[in-house]
Amino acid sequence: MPAEQSPALPIARTCPYAPRDEHVRLRETDPVSKVTLPTGAEVWVVTRHEDIRALLADTRFSSDRRRPGFPMLDNGSGAPTDVLPPLLLTMDPPEHGPARRAVLGEFTVKRMNKLKPRIQEIVDEHIDRMLAGPRPVDLVRALSLPVPSLVISELLGVPYDDHAFFQSRSASLVSRTVSQEEKQKALFDLAGYLDELLRAKEEVPTDDLLGRQILRQREVNGAVDRKDLMGLAFLLLIAGHETTANMISLTMLQLVRDPGAREALRQDPGTTLPAVEELLRYFTIAEQALARVAVEDVELGGRLIKAGDGVLALAHTANRDPRVFPDPDTFDVGRGARNHLAFGYGHHQCLGQNLARLELQIVIDTLLRKIPDIRPAVPVDELSFKDDAIIYGIYEFPVTW
Amino acid sequence: MKVRVEEDRCCGAGQCVLLAPQVFDQRDDDGIVVLLDGTPPEAEHEAVREAVSVCPAAAIHVDGDG
Ligand code: HEM
Ligand code: SF4
Repeated sequence: MPAEQSPALPIARTCPYAPRDEHVRLRETDPVSKVTLPTGAEVWVVTRHEDIRALLADTRFSSDRRRPGFPMLDNGSGAPTDVLPPLLLTMDPPEHGPARRAVLGEFTVKRMNKLKPRIQEIVDEHIDRMLAGPRPVDLVRALSLPVPSLVISELLGVPYDDHAFFQSRSASLVSRTVSQEEKQKALFDLAGYLDELLRAKEEVPTDDLLGRQILRQREVNGAVDRKDLMGLAFLLLIAGHETTANMISLTMLQLVRDPGAREALRQDPGTTLPAVEELLRYFTIAEQALARVAVEDVELGGRLIKAGDGVLALAHTANRDPRVFPDPDTFDVGRGARNHLAFGYGHHQCLGQNLARLELQIVIDTLLRKIPDIRPAVPVDELSFKDDAIIYGIYEFPVTW
Repeated sequence: MKVRVEEDRCCGAGQCVLLAPQVFDQRDDDGIVVLLDGTPPEAEHEAVREAVSVCPAAAIHVDGDG
């Protein structure tokens, strides 16, 4: 019934540095609000920090993409993920908890710190290669994309000789210029590769994430579920590659815009971690990943959300909620607020967050040390931003020094 | 200050360990929170309170200010 249609709400970003005016207006006037998305779907959008925390911590909202009513935002720009088995990201309790605990041990703060020297080596290698090569260079291809994909190879236990293969196929998955057929081919190549890799590790278990998962599954279930481990490997690649890559590019952009912050970081690397929190808050790149569907009627922020209704957490707007962050639209490199929603909240909160923090910290410190005068090779307002993508970022970022 | 953690709720995001490593740790096998010091010294109180407020699972509690 068209007369009852809720007001239209665009989602795509219009400015790299601020949420859309329409979203901010909703936060101040109608914080839990029913709207019509550009796809035609009617969903609830939630824009205040407090309400988003309540939403994401409430198990009456499901992450299962197969449920009717789940808000689908994909416009074909993301990786082709629909061929994969149910993943942690899309599971609900009670299945979600045990599945998450099975891998949590791989992401503890201690375990991440052990990866530090290898991440440093990977970052050093790529920055040295930039320094030795021609200028200008596209930062996205030279640094932002390869570093997180190599870190994931390292984490999973992909042998060094296969890193180039792994990296090129994972780059195809997230490329804008690669055709759908080529993406399918890359996915197929990676699946075949991972199947072989897992087979080899089942024979001779290695001391890495996949090797330890194999031992764990044998101990707990008496057998190895290769499809499950393949799903895990893909999930880590999909969730950890483009996200971190986009944050690396946006971090560089912000440090170019804010020379004061950049100088402060260069002089005192001790201030990098709080700066990373602020960068995460300021850009909130994975906002569109924060979708749910209600499985029963739930009251949220004074509104009644009916079973089957889709809900979108507009975390970028909530991360500028003045009720929680004083002077929220100012990028304050020393703010160090950790209660932002860039990694989500509740039981699905980003599994790889401490890896992402570590990668960003190492990239910032190393880049500012090795190429202190790095700068954009084009005016920054001419950069092409991923306005409509599920994960916000920059397509290409030519830099020079 | 008395600190309590609810292991059943913890989702192992490790935010508490980053904030107050003298007070919180994570189990090696499943990443779940381990309370190292249930009555932390004054110097840790602020970090512990921040951990309470950022814990994504609301699994950390403090009683009293002593
Ligand atoms: C700056 C980079 C990153 C950002 C902004 C980010 C953001 C997020 C967000 C918002 C969620 C929650 C989704 C939801 O609630 O539905 C999430 C979940 C997840 N992330 Fe990240 N992420 C990043 C890096 C990583 C990395 C490096 C990895 C692993 C290598 C990773 C692995 C995961 C996994 C496995 C989940 C699902 C957890 C679950 O459902 O229990 N992420 N991430
Ligand atoms: S912050 Fe909360 S959820 Fe994360 S490890 Fe500590 S207690 Fe567990």
